[in-house]
Amino acid sequence: MTLASTRAGLLRGYDSGKYYCELLGSSDSPHPASAVIERQLSTISEEELRSRAAVAENDLLDLGVTFTVYSEKMAIDRILPFDMIPRVLTAADWEMIEAGVIQRVSAINLFLADIYGPQNVLKDGIVPADLVFGNPNFRREMQGVKVTGGVYVAICGIDIVRDELGRFLVLEDNARTPSGVSYVVENRRMMLRAWPELFEGLPIRPVDDYGPQLRKALAELSPTSASAPLIVLLSPGVFNSAYFEHVFLAREMGVPLVEGRDLTVIDGKVFMRTIAGLSRVDTIYRRIDDDFLDPRVFRSDSVLGVPGLMEAYVSGHVQLANAVGTGVADDKAVYAYMPRLIRYYLGEDAILSNVDTHICAEPEGLAFTLANLENLVVKPVGASGGYGVMIGPRASKAEIEETRLKILDDPGNFISQPVINLSVCPTLCPEGIAARHVDLRPFAITGNKTWVLPGGLTRVALRKNSLVVNSSQGGGSKDTWVLMPEVAKAPPGVAR
Amino acid sequence: MLLARHAEAAFWMARYVERAENLARLLDVQQVFASDSRDPASWRSMLVLNADEARFLETHDTIDRASVTAFYVLDQDNPTSIISAIHMARENARALRPLISTEMWTQLNVFHRQLYALTPTDLGEARLPRTYQMVKEGCQTHTGITDGTFFRDESWYFYSIGRWLERADQTTRLLDIKYHQLLPRGADVGSAFDIGQWNSVLRSAAGYYAYRRVHSQAMSAGTIAGFLLQNRAFPRAVALCVNDIDRTLHELRSRYGLRGGAKVLERIDELQAELTGRPIEQILIAGLHEFLDMTQKSLGLLALDIAREFFHRDEAAPRGMTQNQ
Repeated sequence: MTLASTRAGLLRGYDSGKYYCELLGSSDSPHPASAVIERQLSTISEEELRSRAAVAENDLLDLGVTFTVYSEKMAIDRILPFDMIPRVLTAADWEMIEAGVIQRVSAINLFLADIYGPQNVLKDGIVPADLVFGNPNFRREMQGVKVTGGVYVAICGIDIVRDELGRFLVLEDNARTPSGVSYVVENRRMMLRAWPELFEGLPIRPVDDYGPQLRKALAELSPTSASAPLIVLLSPGVFNSAYFEHVFLAREMGVPLVEGRDLTVIDGKVFMRTIAGLSRVDTIYRRIDDDFLDPRVFRSDSVLGVPGLMEAYVSGHVQLANAVGTGVADDKAVYAYMPRLIRYYLGEDAILSNVDTHICAEPEGLAFTLANLENLVVKPVGASGGYGVMIGPRASKAEIEETRLKILDDPGNFISQPVINLSVCPTLCPEGIAARHVDLRPFAITGNKTWVLPGGLTRVALRKNSLVVNSSQGGGSKDTWVLMPEVAKAPPGVAR
Repeated sequence: MLLARHAEAAFWMARYVERAENLARLLDVQQVFASDSRDPASWRSMLVLNADEARFLETHDTIDRASVTAFYVLDQDNPTSIISAIHMARENARALRPLISTEMWTQLNVFHRQLYALTPTDLGEARLPRTYQMVKEGCQTHTGITDGTFFRDESWYFYSIGRWLERADQTTRLLDIKYHQLLPRGADVGSAFDIGQWNSVLRSAAGYYAYRRVHSQAMSAGTIAGFLLQNRAFPRAVALCVNDIDRTLHELRSRYGLRGGAKVLERIDELQAELTGRPIEQILIAGLHEFLDMTQKSLGLLALDIAREFFHRDEAAPRGMTQNQ
């Protein structure tokens, strides 16, 4: 009997194929809560689901949960496509992911404190010095700068995928300005409005504590002893495509949303321009890249930043989250060393494994990559957003040869990995409910200690067979549920 | 303490919505004038009133109902159109999103889409009243939602000041459009035709019955102009709007301990004296148009003083809303 033939209700005819399914598991190891979930899903018909999905998408547009594309005269607001069928994580799975994320964030912060401090990791030969010093995201200005609590990365997003055996693997670390958390919270709010009966009797971890947790952590990182530190969120402004998220976070935290032109530096201290004059700023959650932060130190053509901000930061008068220069830790080449870094700094094995990574800067890695191009995923080291990625088994001969030339031209700019058969989740598609590949980005906040938002952003590749979940490449998102421990134990029919 | 940029955005969001509503009122009354007089030249007064004539003629050959109406309702290239005003209101609201309620943003968003969905058919003579009604209701819904959901901190004060300042200015324009109407041959000042036009002005300001409660005798130009300029109870009367600005500014300064704004208060005192210092009959003798002109200039200077003292800026125009477009 195949999995497909036993399905009823909404999932009748659904087939996850050879992939691990995030709702049903695999035929060898069914998802412990699948019976409960399947029954809940069957409360409405596909037709009803489709009409509710249309209303939900329209609501997102009305509410302005959007990113904005500016053209000549018009500001066009678009929503990130939203799929109504949630992705479900069991309490046990989540416990492991949470511990793995906390471990990884700790190692990343220790690594950054080390390379901007004593550089033991280089002296001990764990990571090649070239990889650090040759990295464009390594900021010499940060050498010896005192960072409160050693928290370089206060906000971290870790991209996790699941292979066909149901194992979680880390695909990428985002230690600069990870985005997407607003969708986690808004997706849940939308689901509760659009499909309330789906939640009936199912205890799920809430997600709306993100704002208060972030504010608390940022206050803990304040460099001054002010009892009520002034925290601001620094945004590039309304023309930035993530502006909605900046608004969302400022509102959730109850802090001012400022732009570079609202801030000024006087005598090494940062001030905000208010209707009553200048107010002293203590902590800045900045959503502006290092390059644009301070035109006196980085890109001089930046109009988004604040002249003198680095001077204020280096002299300890203001805290930035995340710190400057964290990009050196989420580089795709440094990623390959993460299991070794975890062992080096924490004396532990990595709880979440990496995907095997071949570093083309290393001779063996380069040779292996060139010999197996048609079976590998090749990624440029510095890029993000899914740009420049070549998936060997899906690529044409010409694309493979083109990639070969690019690698030979600049080996240090590439890594390769085996193709991971990403897990799937039932998704409402034009042809019915079908399997689509997903990933997961949990968000971790670090102040005095690290807290992980239960769940995270599930991105879904809406195109059939696509493995690329990025919104710039036709990806959407789903609500992500973390079940309370008791759900898996409830016999079918009792949870209601 | 409120960011100066946010104070400015609140001020301008209110102004643009108020402007759109009043433009609909102005166009509505102009439509009545034009169909009464059957004189297509009367559409020119709409352009003169807003100092748009030269700009209009750069892109249009004829001044008539269809072209002027399209210019002021749907033309996205015309910064003084209703659609541009709502677009700018929404862009200011976007900058203010951390402070305004979700319901305020949602309504402006939906209203904005409604306007962009309008077609030339909606400007046909038969449909036009409904279109203006839709615009007015959209603006009033904004005002109502704002009243019911906008947090009463400093930004609310700047929002309120912006709304009243714009309303005062627009009421002077509504009066001025009557001044610009040419009376047909045989009709004199004070004739039935003339009074009929004044009646339309009152109605478009939603002030006909309010006026009736104050003046039960025959209508006259003087009493109507006096009502719209000097009345202390009618919400669109210039004097009432200026009083509201005065009261709001005093409250803002004392509640938040602001030292700035003394100069603004002086300017308001002067304006109040100008507005109510003499009876309307004297104003009419000296010239209503000149008086309206002077009032508009004073309101403009008031906006400039506010920009200097609170937004720390040297011009009254909204800052860089379109810089990257």
